Amino acid sequence: MNAGDAREPAARAAGPRALPYGPAAPSGPADPPFPGGAARVYRPANAADTLTAHDRSARGDAARWEPLGMAVTPVLDLRGIDKSFGSVKVLHDIAFSAYPGEVTALVGDNGAGKTTLVKCIGGIHSPDAGEYRFEGRPVRLGSPRDAAALGIEVVHQDLALCENLDIVQNLFLGREQRRGIALDESGMEELARRTLSGLSVRTMGSVRQKISTLSGGQRQTVAIARAVLWDSKLVVLDEPAAALGVAQTQQVLEIVRRLADKGLAVVLISHNMNDVFAVSDRIAALYLGRMVAQVRTADVTHRQVVELITSGVSGDLGLRR
Amino acid sequence: MSTDLPEGKETAVKLADSDFAADRREHDVRSALLDYWGRIRAGELGALPAILGLAALIVLFFALRPNTFLSNQNIANLCTQALPIVILAMGLVFVLLLGEIDLSAGVASGVCAAVMAKLIADSGQPWYVAVISALAVGVVIGTAIGWLVAVVRIPSFVVSLAFFLGIQGITLRLIGDGGTVPVRDDFIVALANKNMPVWLGWTLAAVCAVGYAATQLLRWRRQQARNLHSRPVELVVAQSVVVAGALLLGTYLLSQDRAASPLIFLGGVPWGVPLVGVLLIVCTFVLARTPYGRHIYAVGGNAEAARRAGINVTRIRISVFIIASGFAAVSGIVAASRLNSVTPDAGGGNTLLYAVGAAVIGGTSLFGGRGKARDAVLGGLVIAIIDNGLGLLGTKAYLSFLITGIVLLFAASIDALARRRRSNTGR
Ligand SMILES: Nc1ncnc2c1ncn2[C@@H]1O[C@H](COP(=O)(O)OP(=O)(O)OP(=O)(O)O)[C@@H](O)[C@H]1O
Ligand SMILES: [Mg+2]
Repeated sequence: MNAGDAREPAARAAGPRALPYGPAAPSGPADPPFPGGAARVYRPANAADTLTAHDRSARGDAARWEPLGMAVTPVLDLRGIDKSFGSVKVLHDIAFSAYPGEVTALVGDNGAGKTTLVKCIGGIHSPDAGEYRFEGRPVRLGSPRDAAALGIEVVHQDLALCENLDIVQNLFLGREQRRGIALDESGMEELARRTLSGLSVRTMGSVRQKISTLSGGQRQTVAIARAVLWDSKLVVLDEPAAALGVAQTQQVLEIVRRLADKGLAVVLISHNMNDVFAVSDRIAALYLGRMVAQVRTADVTHRQVVELITSGVSGDLGLRR
Repeated sequence: MSTDLPEGKETAVKLADSDFAADRREHDVRSALLDYWGRIRAGELGALPAILGLAALIVLFFALRPNTFLSNQNIANLCTQALPIVILAMGLVFVLLLGEIDLSAGVASGVCAAVMAKLIADSGQPWYVAVISALAVGVVIGTAIGWLVAVVRIPSFVVSLAFFLGIQGITLRLIGDGGTVPVRDDFIVALANKNMPVWLGWTLAAVCAVGYAATQLLRWRRQQARNLHSRPVELVVAQSVVVAGALLLGTYLLSQDRAASPLIFLGGVPWGVPLVGVLLIVCTFVLARTPYGRHIYAVGGNAEAARRAGINVTRIRISVFIIASGFAAVSGIVAASRLNSVTPDAGGGNTLLYAVGAAVIGGTSLFGGRGKARDAVLGGLVIAIIDNGLGLLGTKAYLSFLITGIVLLFAASIDALARRRRSNTGR
């Protein structure tokens, strides 16, 4: 593992157009340029069930979908992951894959083990057993820094921000740009402002505000911005929309979709089935620490997923009895 | 924003207009001062308590001892009295920034001074060998404490309390009960007892004043050029003028003749002052402008977030204890220079309380994540003035202890109250 291979922020690596969303879009959701095509409007609640399948074939995306684990190499491929805390076994023999250009939704009830799995992916916990493959190569993560060096970004459920630092300082924490031995404050401030404008963050007075002065949703946006600022390959978001208002949730879903359309693998954890069906390409369901199904979103219905979450089985999907 | 937008887009534009409005808004002096006032009311006190405290104490002691307190002689005395406190406190700021404490820093300064004095007096080593050895002892102590705190995860309070006792034993063993090691080396003695030539003092003060103003103005220009968050230029200039004024006033006061006899001239800035100046500049730079300093604040603010951001929290924790003990060694050497000797109780008594008090009075929070190197200087001056003033008043020892204890509690209460205020107002 080459942990020293710290990545440059996107804007450095690829010049001006490397910002995730292009230049600051002055308007709200209608405007930002989607690399994948026309702006998508996400269906409001309870329409999702019936719409998604058509929606997707209409997009012409369906052709990209291969049978699980076949032609396309998954960016992330986990096999047989076990994790225990003391005598409590939280994850049992988990298999999980995330594919480039796709949003994989990870669903499951409270305490199912989603966050624990994410922490294993992000190098915060190390699994007790199992195989961790990244872009086909087996890797072993010793720390979050290793994960970041590979190109894995995680937005944690309990926001990992330092309240005593300001927005810019948090965005670049651990990966500060420098000029000589000193910090390149102005460079970081500029890049931070562009990224946040690209995320259409409103109501923030200043990028030099301390995190402690921000609202929960604003903090969440900063945490997301932190993850998309870098030129990563896999972005994992653990309930990113939990604290967000309607418009901001919409924005986060758009970001999620845009990241995937750029070719990144995205893992989204959410308890909101409408959100899941609106953006995801695949759904992985956890039930009491077991992976009960990993299916294409187009192949399942709202009800089936809810059954998988609550009982671990749905028809011929899920746990064998 | 142009006005020829299609219907319906206008609201969106208006909303987007509020993005970072405060960054784009032209700051004038009024709005900047209002911001400052808002921050103070929200519990971000900064250097204010220390500066008010300094002013109040100077007025108080001047009223009580008009002849002696502000005499040329006493001002220089006060200055050298503050040196060891300031240096010790500056090292402690690093530890306090992590929300940890090093109770052994005071006695560590004592044992380092003892090592230095013994090497010169008993083994006849040159001063630099002695000084380097003292620093090495400090680094070893800091590494040991840091390792126990960061790797074994014993609370720093307990580890450093154990070291506080243990190190006193070592100093006693080195010097012997009731013994004294004299310090006669010219270089060491000069630190706190000799003065720079008057012209050199003025030159240094002028260079520092100009350098400070230049860095502030250059930063302001860079921020302006790149359209970044900046303060109004009037405030930048005013701040530079105040700092220059303080530097020049200090130099003026210390350049006065303070010899008891009219036949000789005794004046100039003590050599220890530029030493503290260099430490202050280096520490300020490290804390505010380097990734390492940023990581210290991050670990102090939220260690788990820092860890997830890929910061090596263990290494940061160990390093701050090394810095604190290293600074303790320097402080011990300066204290030994001032007293011309080292005794077994060097660095004991209220040394550590003075240093912690100095950092906290200066504005460093005991809860971690907030503080600056300059806090040590401001707070150290406050403490030195209290110590010096009480001495001039001839206060009984028991009373001095009581008063110092109360001052420390008072400073810690301000810190705790300001913190509560901040969390109430969401800062
Ligand atoms: N550090 C820990 N020590 C002991 N048990 C833990 C620890 N972290 C998680 N657990 C347990 O592991 C199980 C799964 O927790 P996890 O946080 O992964 O759930 P989750 O699926 O993210 O739930 P939610 O939807 O509520 O966020 C829970 O039963 C929890 O009690
Ligand atoms: Mg969770």
